[in-house]
Amino acid sequence: MSAIPASGRHTALADAATLTGRALRHWARQPAPVVVTLLFPVLLVLMFGYLLGGAMVVPGGGDYREFLLPGMFAMAMLFGVETTYTAVATDAARGVTDRFRSLPIARSAVVAGRAGADGLHAVAALTVMVGCALAVGWQWHLGVGRALAGAGLLLLLRLAMIVAGIHLALLLRAPEAVAALQILVWPLGFASNAFVAPQTMPGWLAAVAEWNPLSATVAACRELFGNPGWGGDGWPAEHAVALAVAWPLLLIAVSGPLAVRRWRRLDR
Amino acid sequence: MDVIEVDGLRKRYADTEALAGLDLAVPAGTVCAVLGPNGAGKTTLVRVLTTLTRPDAGTARVAGHDVRREPGRVRARIGLVGQATAVDEVLGGRENLVLFGRLHHLAPARARARAEELLVRFDLTGAADRPVGTYSGGMRRRLDLAAALILDPPVLFLDEPTTGLDPRARATVHEAVRALAGAGTTVLLTTQYLEEADRLADTVAIVDHGRVVATGAPHRLRADLGADRVEVVCDQATDLARVADTLRGAVAGPPRVDAEALRVSVPATDRVATLTRVLAALTDAGLCAADVTLRRPTLDEVFLHLTATGRTEVAA
Repeated sequence: MSAIPASGRHTALADAATLTGRALRHWARQPAPVVVTLLFPVLLVLMFGYLLGGAMVVPGGGDYREFLLPGMFAMAMLFGVETTYTAVATDAARGVTDRFRSLPIARSAVVAGRAGADGLHAVAALTVMVGCALAVGWQWHLGVGRALAGAGLLLLLRLAMIVAGIHLALLLRAPEAVAALQILVWPLGFASNAFVAPQTMPGWLAAVAEWNPLSATVAACRELFGNPGWGGDGWPAEHAVALAVAWPLLLIAVSGPLAVRRWRRLDR
Repeated sequence: MDVIEVDGLRKRYADTEALAGLDLAVPAGTVCAVLGPNGAGKTTLVRVLTTLTRPDAGTARVAGHDVRREPGRVRARIGLVGQATAVDEVLGGRENLVLFGRLHHLAPARARARAEELLVRFDLTGAADRPVGTYSGGMRRRLDLAAALILDPPVLFLDEPTTGLDPRARATVHEAVRALAGAGTTVLLTTQYLEEADRLADTVAIVDHGRVVATGAPHRLRADLGADRVEVVCDQATDLARVADTLRGAVAGPPRVDAEALRVSVPATDRVATLTRVLAALTDAGLCAADVTLRRPTLDEVFLHLTATGRTEVAA
């Protein structure tokens, strides 16, 4: 019996990269689900931009599709929680996570590998959406720097979704429960400023929509891209960029340690 | 030297005690079968020994390293085939083995070469590029086993490796375990099948309620357990008492009557000789039986025996 010597020094980072590669291979092997996740927000743009858009009036004036697109960018990031949740919950339920945990690799690599893959998924999703946006007449008006800052805020939102998705998946360990997430993202999306301006809603609902974390990212993007519909007299609207940084960081600060705790509890 | 040393291991889940002070020692290069019914604590034991679960109390050392204090060193020396087939369903067999090779820190070329070797060894070359989701249960098990052997670990854990497999796939797993044991690997496997333990193991540890209730070489354990039994199946319930009386006079052990199954059994202390005596006694008494067999104790009987120690046997 001869043990094969391990070659070279390996870091948690290399293990994480191997596991990110595994996720990418999944997508190459089974492209349909990932293509659906990339194209579904495009469908939303077409439905709301063209089917319902004619009836929409943007308070303060401006083109509805220009108003809509930052909202759809944020929705695309929000939907990402489903991708993360499904992948982590499936591995946990099938015993694959346990096998990884029995290997001589850094345990953080399993989570970091997932985050790496989902980060790439987010960049792909955003690229597709920007392509779609440009095709329907959306533009950024205030220079590349601010546009990139807006993209950064969107990716920060997605990072929070990665952390929340991992936490929920380790908590529930039930891949089929993603159906609940698929339903719950809708009230979160509609009770925000993504589709319509909160000013058009009843007072109480407008307050909810204004303070909705998703609204902060959307409003901040409208501001950074120079798209119509940003601003307003509410405190959240006036501090959109700060809130678009604070909300995801808060979610990460809460969900992150809980996810780590769940991960540690796997050995109970 | 004992490669697996378990001392007073305890683990409690909510209201059940999965491990209740379990002791076990497995010498290097031997196969140990942990035998027990569902819920006996077998899986928890494997999870503790493979560092997946932290015990509440007691110590466990694998390949010389404590599972709690040096889990990394333990992980570098073990292979695990868990109860659920833990291979990637979307990837192909080859991709899976390369992935696990990379996670064992083999260089890319070495990981690919090792994957090829294992595919050949486990007869999976034909299906190497098909998604594992399309594999049969036996093929998955083989891949699972191959993935655990990337580095030829000195210690291998198999948690119910043949549960749910058809007889052919089961035989393949048995062959693989024997080959590994022949090459010097220390193997700990859990099973619900007495026959499997009998066939593969150097030592059998019978576990019930989180404790080892009996341990030893299969043949010695069998002798301790009252060995095999000769079983007489009667045509009608009215014959049971007469058959039992006849057998009581003919053989050493007390007859046991199972009225529901119309069965009377006695310990086959001298095996075939006992069987011959039983047949002769029945013929002399002019009794007719539906069936007479010499058979090994079932796991149920082993447990009945071990847990009913001190209780009187139900005699007619």
